[in-house]
Amino acid sequence: MTFKIRIIPCLDVKDGRVVKGVQFVDLIDAGDPVEAAKAYDAAGADELTFLDITASSDDRRTMFDVVTRTAEACFMPLTVGGGVRTVEDIRALLQSGADKVSINTAAVTDRAFVGRAADKFGNQCIVVAIDARKVSADGETERWEIFTHGGRKPTGIDAVAYAREVVALGAGEILLTSMDRDGTKSGFDLKLTRAIADAVPVPVIASGGVGTLDHFVEGVRDGGATGVLAASVFHFGTFTIGEVKRHMQAAGLPVRMDGIAG
Amino acid sequence: MSVAIVDYGSGNLHSAQKAFERMARERGLNTPVVVTADPDLVRKADRIVLPGVGAFADCKRGLVGVPGMVEAMTEAVRGRGRPFLGICVGMQLMAGRGLEKEISAGLGWVPGDIDLIRPADPTLKIPHMGWNTLEVTRDHPVLAGIPTGPKGLHAYFVHSYHLTATAADVVLAEADYGTRVTAMIARDTMVGTQFHPEKSQTLGLSLIGNFLEWRP
Repeated sequence: MTFKIRIIPCLDVKDGRVVKGVQFVDLIDAGDPVEAAKAYDAAGADELTFLDITASSDDRRTMFDVVTRTAEACFMPLTVGGGVRTVEDIRALLQSGADKVSINTAAVTDRAFVGRAADKFGNQCIVVAIDARKVSADGETERWEIFTHGGRKPTGIDAVAYAREVVALGAGEILLTSMDRDGTKSGFDLKLTRAIADAVPVPVIASGGVGTLDHFVEGVRDGGATGVLAASVFHFGTFTIGEVKRHMQAAGLPVRMDGIAG
Repeated sequence: MSVAIVDYGSGNLHSAQKAFERMARERGLNTPVVVTADPDLVRKADRIVLPGVGAFADCKRGLVGVPGMVEAMTEAVRGRGRPFLGICVGMQLMAGRGLEKEISAGLGWVPGDIDLIRPADPTLKIPHMGWNTLEVTRDHPVLAGIPTGPKGLHAYFVHSYHLTATAADVVLAEADYGTRVTAMIARDTMVGTQFHPEKSQTLGLSLIGNFLEWRP
């Protein structure tokens, strides 16, 4: 088969600025999300994700402008998430130029919102972001729960059952983050990733915990993800997109090498 | 010379417009690109682009909901042979009928049904979402200079349905996703891409440039 695994850098954006500036290239303005997006486009990223962490809803309009300017300059798929609560939020982001919109907390609190969004805009542009933590004790059958508020607030909802539910409602993709692993550089929670990937028929993107090149391989080979998302290892230049892809290719995984020197 | 991108409420057309503008500039063409819901502008355009995202039946209803648009497109493309590019569901609408959610009639410009992708391997995810290469069945001007085949460039797909049961000479390119997925079609002055050229970086931009220069 000629289908390829996706490598997806994620940029946190606050008030229209990248929170951790992209440092792997000499950008005139490393805090400009559009400049960062262009750099990743040129570097061979397969898709780009913006996570809007702007606190005030008044300031969220700046994100629409960021998305518009990015879509004008980068002819690659763009997903935007963060604070998406209404059908109008989704419409505004899609109209600005996002290809997919990622829903997190709003899907937890109102499951029917996923169905309304998918009916309105099509399953293909609705991503549900799942933040999960392991809640089973050692020795027990492994179980993960949905957490909200940046992984601080437990909900009591089983992550695998929830994934099945949102996909049945119309989610076209799952962005899965292990809150246990996020920021640890100790690798994806592979059992969680595998449990979700085996439970749903739609693509699962693994996120949270990448620290080495092998972690990318494991997320796909062992976790069953069809895409891997990472932030800091790319922004700080620990690895280039090309290095990750060459490593995955050497491990026998199908990756897109367009524009990347062999 | 002008390009009309048909706006019937199906998603954002801004990046499609920007991609066409960029390639018109790069190919040294003085081609204005308009996004329009005005059938008169579509009728007068030298090239017509029909995008589309979402479900087939919803898109068909949206297109029919613009008074005079289907008639204007049919007159320009089928009557006067204006070059036409259908993108994603815009390509699917060229077919006889769509089977997504409900059975609904397409434009009927090419034979066939828009049916669910059924990969032989049940672990393969649907939608077919991501990058794939193209297996081209014959030469076509819109593919000029674009490396295809397993070692060629990639196109970005996001879809669960594709064209089936069509005439063999309609299919211009396929993608391998555990089954043969119809990736491009061509007949007369019409071309359709199941993938998104405006999101397919080098391959997509080259194809758009070629379409702008195509003189069928």
